[in-house]
Amino acid sequence: MAVGETKKATYTIPVGPIHPALKEPIQLLLEIDGEKVVNTDVRAGQVHRSIEWLGMNRNNPVQTIYLAERICGICNICHPFCLVMAVEQAANIPVPDRAEYIRVIAAEMERIHSHMLWAGVAAHEIGFDTVFYLTWRAREEIMDLIEYVFGNRVTKAALQFGGVRRDITAEQLPRIRQSLDYYRGIFEHLRRIFLEDKTVEARTRNVGVLSTEDALRLVTVGPSTRASGVHKDVRQDQPYSAYADLDVKAITPDIVTGMVVGDVYDRIIVRLLEVKQSVEIIEECIAKMPEGPIMSEPKMPRLLRLLTAAEGEGVARVEAPRGEDIHYVRLEEGQETMSTWKVRAPTYANLMAVPTILKGMQIADVPIAFASLDPCMSCTNRIAVTDRATGRTSVLDYEELHRLSVEKTKKLQG
Amino acid sequence: MERLTPQAIIDSFRKELGKGFISGSVYEREVAVKKNKFRRLWVEVKRSAFRDAVKHIFRLQEYPHFVIISSSDLGSEVELIYHFTIYYGHHLEELSLGIRIKLPKSDLTVPTITDLIPGAIFMERETQEMMGVKVMDIPDGRRLFISEDVPEGIYPWRKDETGPQKLLRVLPGRQPKKAGDEG
Repeated sequence: MAVGETKKATYTIPVGPIHPALKEPIQLLLEIDGEKVVNTDVRAGQVHRSIEWLGMNRNNPVQTIYLAERICGICNICHPFCLVMAVEQAANIPVPDRAEYIRVIAAEMERIHSHMLWAGVAAHEIGFDTVFYLTWRAREEIMDLIEYVFGNRVTKAALQFGGVRRDITAEQLPRIRQSLDYYRGIFEHLRRIFLEDKTVEARTRNVGVLSTEDALRLVTVGPSTRASGVHKDVRQDQPYSAYADLDVKAITPDIVTGMVVGDVYDRIIVRLLEVKQSVEIIEECIAKMPEGPIMSEPKMPRLLRLLTAAEGEGVARVEAPRGEDIHYVRLEEGQETMSTWKVRAPTYANLMAVPTILKGMQIADVPIAFASLDPCMSCTNRIAVTDRATGRTSVLDYEELHRLSVEKTKKLQG
Repeated sequence: MERLTPQAIIDSFRKELGKGFISGSVYEREVAVKKNKFRRLWVEVKRSAFRDAVKHIFRLQEYPHFVIISSSDLGSEVELIYHFTIYYGHHLEELSLGIRIKLPKSDLTVPTITDLIPGAIFMERETQEMMGVKVMDIPDGRRLFISEDVPEGIYPWRKDETGPQKLLRVLPGRQPKKAGDEG
């Protein structure tokens, strides 16, 4: 049921420019009864950039790699990773083994930085700004390492069809190990902050619950579905690239607490343990990485000719930090661009669970519950609140919501 | 539930759908050093048998994971692929399954599967607005990504005259591309 169907008067909120404090806009329309959320409508698409259209009409596939990197600043390995694997299937391009390992190392570094970023945002949403600063300070270590290994903090331009563009040399290994040791060292500290603090627990236990059945029916992906007790992880289920050589296990919260609630607290557990898991995967990759070339076709004109002559289709799935990402590619002979390119990012699937998660919750819990999905459109720019008693619709902005959330934490602390 | 081999799954679709079954194949690719196999199944069915095909997946997996609908404009027809995965939860056991249907442009309709999989709603809304395929009995048929000011009858993923070409802004000094122009 759409929001407003039980009301006499509703109106459409104009979708304006992006709020300066936020990265990407999305709108949630909440229908409330007093303090309780009765129904939610998600409005996506305010910054639809027609990226798939550009890949199908303007760019050749090599140019599209760099476009795919820009689908999401955080997932700048996952999307091109997914794209190159789909095109490699469609055009039957081999990938050297060493490149497969370097791809996985890059993807796991990205997961560490994404989960650390999320931990900071979650702390900020409930008003723990000291923890926010602490986790983002700790995140700088992996950002420095990414810059050291791949030459750039954010868009790394590391991937190419049939391999990667930069090797990891023996001289770089001590610096990589130093960063991995740093994360192993602070893990216990972070665990105590997030999992043993009484206030964090009070604000996150039994908040934003998604049951196992709902997680399965609403096809949620990534840490959000694993926190509901579903053993679903592409790296485990249908491993791609070098993950096929490793034995990655899906992390569920019962490993720590012995039970699955499917709330925000469980999502913290899953992400925290995944940081540790990523450190272990990178170490294993470095130990197992075979010697050899990193690209199967280094000559660009020949690669482009091969892609134009190729005919076929490919589908690739990657476990991005937020969950399963999929790219479908169809190549037609003689056509320079891809004939079809379909991208589905993990937040697309997770947004469908938002109405279920927010149902019956207090408005002050909306920021942390919504943020616990780690939506790529990270914050809720504006939320329209319809009061069931008066039938009036008003717009709460992000600052107001954040203030409500912080107030609730303060009240709990006494 | 008993786990079938990829070929046995294709055979079970053929048996179940009868005349509605068009073709089925298994794609395999070896990955990385250990050469473990990456497997995907393709099943093409007639539109009349499509819902039965989706119901059949429920016999293979209690909650099939529905990933996305991809759609291609093939000229006189539109091809939809419903991407599913089954047998998840264990190392190397998951299989991807693509159900393919082709629709003539004169009759672009497809039944909804949201009654079977509630999490298919965004995918169906997107296919409806982007490709112009009408989803029958969809519980919420509003637009999802395209803004309200885009006129009706424009479908961004189409490659024919209903594509978005006429909405493109052309920068000064450049010629507009003609529909179907390559490069």
